[in-house]
This record gives sequence, C-alpha cells and structure tokens, in this order.
Amino acid sequence: MADLRINFAGIKSPNPFWLASAPPTNTGAQIHKAFEAGWGGAVWKTIGAPVLNVSNRYGAWHYGRQRMLAINNVELISDRPIEINLREIAEVKRAWPDRAVIVSAMVDSKPEAWREIVERIEDTGADGIELNYGCPHGMSERGMGSAVGQVPEYCERITRWVMEAATIPVIMKLTPNITNIVLPARAGVAAGANALSLINTINSIVGVDLDTLELTPSIGGKGGHGGYAGPAVKPIALNMLASLGTDEIVSKSGIPISGMGGIANWQDAAQFLLLGASSLQVCTAVMHYGFRIIEDLCDGLSNWMDEKGFKTIADVSGHSLHRVSEFKNFDLSYRAVARIDKEKCIKCNLCYVACNDTAHQCIDLVSPQGALVDPHSYDVRSNGKHEATETRPQPQVREEDCVGCRLCYNVCPVDDCIAMVEVPSGRDAVTWSELSQQQVEVTEDWEAMKAYRERVGIHIH
Amino acid sequence: MDLASIGNGKREIGKEEIGKALAEQLPPLTPHAAAVEADRCLYCYDAPCTHACPTHIDIPRFIKKIASNNMHGSAEAIYASNLLGATCARVCPVQELCEGACVLGADHKPIAIGRLQRFAMDYAREHRIYPIVTAEPTGRSIAVIGAGPAGLSCAGELARRGHAATVFEKRDMPGGLSTYGIIGLREPAEVALEETRMIETLGVEIKTGIEFGKDVFLAQLQQDFDAVVLSVGLGCTPGLGIEGEEAIIDGLEYIEASKTNPASMNVGRNVLVIGAGNTAVDCATIARRLGAERVTMVYRRTDREMTCYEHEYDFARKEGIEFRFLSQPSRVLLEEGLTVGLECMRVELGAPDASGRPSPQPVEGSEFVLASDQIVKAVGQKKPALLGLKTNKGFIAVDAAFQTSIVGVYAIGDCIRSTGAASTVMAVQDGKLAANAIHEQFFPRQTMAEVR
Repeated sequence: MADLRINFAGIKSPNPFWLASAPPTNTGAQIHKAFEAGWGGAVWKTIGAPVLNVSNRYGAWHYGRQRMLAINNVELISDRPIEINLREIAEVKRAWPDRAVIVSAMVDSKPEAWREIVERIEDTGADGIELNYGCPHGMSERGMGSAVGQVPEYCERITRWVMEAATIPVIMKLTPNITNIVLPARAGVAAGANALSLINTINSIVGVDLDTLELTPSIGGKGGHGGYAGPAVKPIALNMLASLGTDEIVSKSGIPISGMGGIANWQDAAQFLLLGASSLQVCTAVMHYGFRIIEDLCDGLSNWMDEKGFKTIADVSGHSLHRVSEFKNFDLSYRAVARIDKEKCIKCNLCYVACNDTAHQCIDLVSPQGALVDPHSYDVRSNGKHEATETRPQPQVREEDCVGCRLCYNVCPVDDCIAMVEVPSGRDAVTWSELSQQQVEVTEDWEAMKAYRERVGIHIH
Repeated sequence: MDLASIGNGKREIGKEEIGKALAEQLPPLTPHAAAVEADRCLYCYDAPCTHACPTHIDIPRFIKKIASNNMHGSAEAIYASNLLGATCARVCPVQELCEGACVLGADHKPIAIGRLQRFAMDYAREHRIYPIVTAEPTGRSIAVIGAGPAGLSCAGELARRGHAATVFEKRDMPGGLSTYGIIGLREPAEVALEETRMIETLGVEIKTGIEFGKDVFLAQLQQDFDAVVLSVGLGCTPGLGIEGEEAIIDGLEYIEASKTNPASMNVGRNVLVIGAGNTAVDCATIARRLGAERVTMVYRRTDREMTCYEHEYDFARKEGIEFRFLSQPSRVLLEEGLTVGLECMRVELGAPDASGRPSPQPVEGSEFVLASDQIVKAVGQKKPALLGLKTNKGFIAVDAAFQTSIVGVYAIGDCIRSTGAASTVMAVQDGKLAANAIHEQFFPRQTMAEVR
C-alpha cells in the first residue's frame, strides 16, 4: 500500500487531497462532513473584506451529455461574518488535528489589513494561510484578487507584508489570467512565500442563452465574466504547473506547489503530481458529485502507485518534469506513423474524414477486394445490412505519406485501434536548436532548407 | 366482406381493451431520451447505416440535428431522401437495414435509428413541418395509380420537381398497406393518413374511390397525362387449393379489420395462422391480442426457413404464439358450416427447390388434425396481371428507369419486386428513383446521381 501522507511546507495531511477554497469549504459543517468522508485537508473559503453576493452565480459548460465539463462563477469570497468563520475554523481544527486546515485570505492591499487578518487566522490554530491573488471577478474590480495576481510587483510586496507577520506556512495562490505565470511565481519566491498554489479560475463568459439572448448566468438581465474551472481547464493548469517546475528560479528554490485546476479523478491527480505538485486541491468535481469522490481519488491513486512502484507522494511528485521540454529540443528525425488495427476497426471513417479534410490526406479507403475506393461510391440501389457491411471499405494509412500528426489517433472512438508506431526515419537525430547552431542557413532560408531536405531525405507533399 | 362474420364469436372483448391491445407498441422517445441516444451516435463518415437504408437517408446528419436541437433541420434531412419517413420509422425492419449496419452494433447496442427518426417525424407532424417545393411548375403531369407508399413517394417527388401529380386510389382511404395492412402495434392508420396529407401539401392531388381499369383507363390517362406510373401493389392471398378453403380468412383482410374496425372483429378461441412470413406473424399477434386463448402458426418448413424477420419471430414467441412446423394443410374440417379443425400432413424436407430452400414433401398417410375455430392464411400475395404487360417471375417487368413494356408507363413498388423482400422502404425508394427517371425523361440533363 502506497503511503499517501504529505508534508507540504510543514503542513501535514493524511493524503494529498484538499478541498480548494470555494463553496464546498464555506462552513465548518461542510468541512466536518468532508473530513468524515476522508479529505486530507481543506482550504477555507476566502475570508477578508466585506462582500455581498448575487443570485445566479454559477454558469456551466456542458458538452454533449457531459454536464459541467466546466463551471463558471461570479460568487465572491465568503459573505459570512468573519467572526463566525474564524470561530468555525478553530472548531474544525480542534476536532480534526490530523487534517490540514488552511485559510484563504483576501483583504485590501494595505499592510495593516494583511497583518490583522494573518493574526486573526493564526489565532484559530489553522495550519496555514493561502493568499488569494486570483479571484478574477468582483474582487478584482476593488483592487484585490487577480488585480494583485496579475502584477508580480504587487504579489511580492503584499507577500512580504504577510511573511513579516506570519508564523505558520503561507501559500501564495496564482491567477492564470496572466501572460507569463512564471513571473508572479518568482515574485512569491522572492518574497519568501513558503509555497505556491495554482491555478485560480480563468476569466470566462460561459455562454449566451439563445431564447432570452442574455448571458449565462443572467443576474437580473445582466451578466459578465466569471471564473472558469473544472475538467476543461486541466490542460491549462498542467502547463502552468510544468512552467514553474521547469523554471530555473522557481524550481531551484525548492518551493512546494499545490496543484489544482480540473482534478476530477485519481488519474488527473497523478498527472498533477508527476508534473511537480506535492499537494492537490479539488473543487468542481466535488461540486458536481459531492465529498464522496475522495474515496476513489485515494484508492485509485494508491493502486496506481503500487502498480508503478511509487512508495510515497514525494516519489511521484515531479517525476515527469524532466520530460517537459520545448520544440527546439525535439528530435526532428523522430518518426511515428499511424497504424489502424483492422480487427478492432469498426469502420466509422472518422479517421478518414479527419485526415482527408483537415490533416495530411494519407488514409485511403480499401474495398474488401483490395481496390482503392472513394467514399459514397456504392450504387444507389445497394442497401441492407449485409451489403452495407460486407462491401464497406477499410480505412488504411499510407504510411509513406503519413506525417504522424496523430489526429486520427485522437478522433478514433475505439480504444487501442489506432497506434502511433515508431518507424526508423533513416536520419540522424537532430533538433532545431542544433540545426540553428550547426547549419544556420537552413533555418533562415527556404532554398537552403530545400537543399537540406533533399540531402537528408525529408519529403513534404 | 362482412367483417363481423369473421370467426365464430366466442370471445368478447371491450372497445377500450381493443384500443389498448392494438395501440402503437413502442412509446415515443422523450426529448431527453432522444438527445441521449442522438449524442451516442458517432457521426460516421459515409455511414453504413445510410448505405443500408434503401432510401439512403443521411442518418448521422438527421441524428446530429436532434442532438443540437435543430428539429426542423432534422425533419428536412429525412424528407430530403424519404418523404415517408414517419411510416418508415415505424415499419422498417431496422435490424436488417440501418441499425443492423450500425458500427456500434458489434460491440454494444446500435443507435436506435428508427425511434430517433420517429422522434423527428413526430415533431414534424406536430409542428406542421412539410417539405418545401421550390421548383417552378414544369407543365408536365403524371398519373399515379395507387396511393400506397410507392405511389405517394413517387407523386411527392414529382411534385418536388415541379410536376403535377395526380394519384388515383381505388380504396376509400389513401396510404395503401400503411393504412390497411400494417398492424396498429407498428403503425396506427392515423400516422399513414397524416403522412398522406403532408404529401398533398406538396401539391399532389389524391383521388380516392377511383379504380384503375374500372373508373379510369390507360388510354384516357395516356391522353390526359405525360406519363403513367403503376404502383398497384399485389393482390389478395392466393388459394391453398384445399377442401373447405372458403372458411379460411385472408390474412390481409384480418389485419384490415383490426385497423379499420377492430370492434367488429370476432376472434376465435383457438386460432391457426397458415404461413410464416411477417404478415402471418401480424395476424397471429392480432388474434392473440384480441383474446384468442391459443394461437398457432402452421408452416410446412421449419424455423430455419421462415420468411419472417428474426426479430418478428422473437416477438411472436414473446407474445405466446405457438408454432407447428413441417405441417402442410390438407383440409379444413367443418361442422355445420363452422370451422372445427385443420387437417394437415406431416412434411419431410427434400432437395432445395427454386427458392433455394428445401422442398417440402408431404408424407402419404400422415394426416393429423389441429383443432381450431378460426383459420387465417398469410402465404404471400397474388401477383398482378395487368394490361398485358411483360412480366418477370409474375411481377411487372421494368427497365432500369422503371419503364414497363409500354412506353411512358412506369411501375414501382411491390408489383415489380421480383427479387428480395417487398418492403415499404423499397417502395419509397422506387417512387423516388422513378420520379427522377421520369423527370430525366422530360429534362435529360439531370443525372441519376442527384437522386440521392
């Protein structure tokens, strides 16, 4: 059995899964229930400046039958009186000493305001503080949330104020609504933050209602951008996480990172760990299915770790970071082609149309007699299941023309039907970076490129 | 025929009960169920379901329109290839056609294409979405004989191309077998009649109660119209040539009674149905549903040679219908004019006959009696003998353009179906292809490719 315990910047929890600062962590009662279900920790819904909320707070993006592929919200930080929040935080921490209780905070950008909130949080006995520099709606209009997170200098300044006052670990939470996520992360390192977390929600308008022509959600006829979260944002979060893990300053500092953004199952969790997270936060999946999902998050992660021989979360954390690179370092001579398993293929032709309409036109349709045929080439009088299935052509990759784009692999609805198979290119390994050093003219002049291609045997059709 | 005289009146069943017993079997899909099913469709390219459909409806297209809640567009996508989509959605043997070819069928469940099509067609009916005729009138006129699926499809397709089509129908109601010959469990008459009204909105004129060869004649039609299309279907059930045959009820009349006036029907207590095709199963189903205690299908070959679809056979067994194979009727036993039984001979199967199936060989002296108070026969339909037209295996012979041996006279539907099983959807496709061929005759620049 894998050991799921973590010690994240001094914050301990029995497993790496914390509820993110959000509606699921609005009250002590909710967090009690979550801890009973097995959650390792919880980041209390942000406390701080006074706010009022509106109705119709959440929009969602549904795709096909999949509800809530992403959620979008215009809910602000906690609207409950701060005293009640602080009292409940203390109660929860007393009742659950082995769980991580972290308090998210956001106040006006004044040193005294931050000092005061830090002190009040520390009085509860909480294990840590998370600085909310991410909320992209409402609070940002008041100079808080992402209005701070988008300016590295502000991040650094405010974090310094906090670090001067805090005696418990401080996590600086980053907003993804920024061009380069590395810069605020470095600011956090410079200010001495104990940890980073990412990502907060992404600016978004989730849709327009085609009956009312109002935005979704509509708040009395008006709508605006909200914070986007859920499974659909995972790839964005993973990229930002990896950007920090591969940044020299951030990675050398050894600052731990709490990863979040679309974690819905143990597989997502494992991916965040592999790209450098050492604690994980979850929100949308819980808002969709409830606290009970913690059971499979832990169970699935543990089983996978056993299978792979990982003993601790620390073993997994960052394990795939050395695989993260850049285009210029990719081997231009590496060649893979698509191969369709005829036994598994159901002949839906989705690969065929994708390749022929939008990719590189290297999938053919081959009749059972072995002839190349066009789609829709059956006779108008042909019909019936036998004729339709027995004469149906088989999609087949012309490997010599396949550029290995992998589109067919992605659209194929059958598991393991299309494989990307490595084939020898017959060329020596070379990267763009090497090419631009060794044969700079090839990278700058089309004629030289042509000559190079002819020399090494690269055919582009 | 006096329908009330059918059977011996041993079983009474209430009107409401009858309505329920013969009501459309499958409920419509709910919008949610339809959306879930539509989303399951993979949207195959050059989809096999479309190939398998005799009318080549672009099935993934209409299904994805259901998924995107473009119901209007979905109905139009169906009409584009098949004007009788509402009927076909209900009566097509989808297991043998579109659904049988669905790529999802091998591994799990094929898409419920028939029910999705019905969902789209029901929507079209409720919202009065009809195909729109954009063609300018051509000044050409065509007479269509018979308002069954082939004739209606042909007339509708001709109208869409700007021609004036007039349909002559000998029965009181249009729709042919859809109205009279498909059991209500599968298609209520009202659906067929509503579809007929939709065809009329295209500009087709339907004249009922006019019989070809009696009220109108070819010579006159040839004078009044630019072309004549025969979609006359097939005739009544052929004779078995056995003693007491007059006491046997024609299966098609049995079904017709169940659709037009079920309350008048007297169903026997112990019903025998001679035959093992889809119509025979329908007759047996009616008998069972209207209260027969025991219904037995009598067939001279075995379940391996039955001509009904596999799913119809399964359905029949679930209905509690029994089967008596390898039995050839030889005599109806009557007592005081009332049916009391059917004498049959045991059959042994011999070498394959012309149909490719083993030939039934009645065994001398093997007579046995099946007790029964009502016997129905459904052993195919008589082939039409018309106008001295050339025939092929008894069916009207046509060329690739559906033209008969008389120039300008075309034939479509069951009356030309010399190969393969006769079906509504094949009739619809005939009508569409013939309409195009006729149009091409008038305006030669069109190509067959445009039929699809």
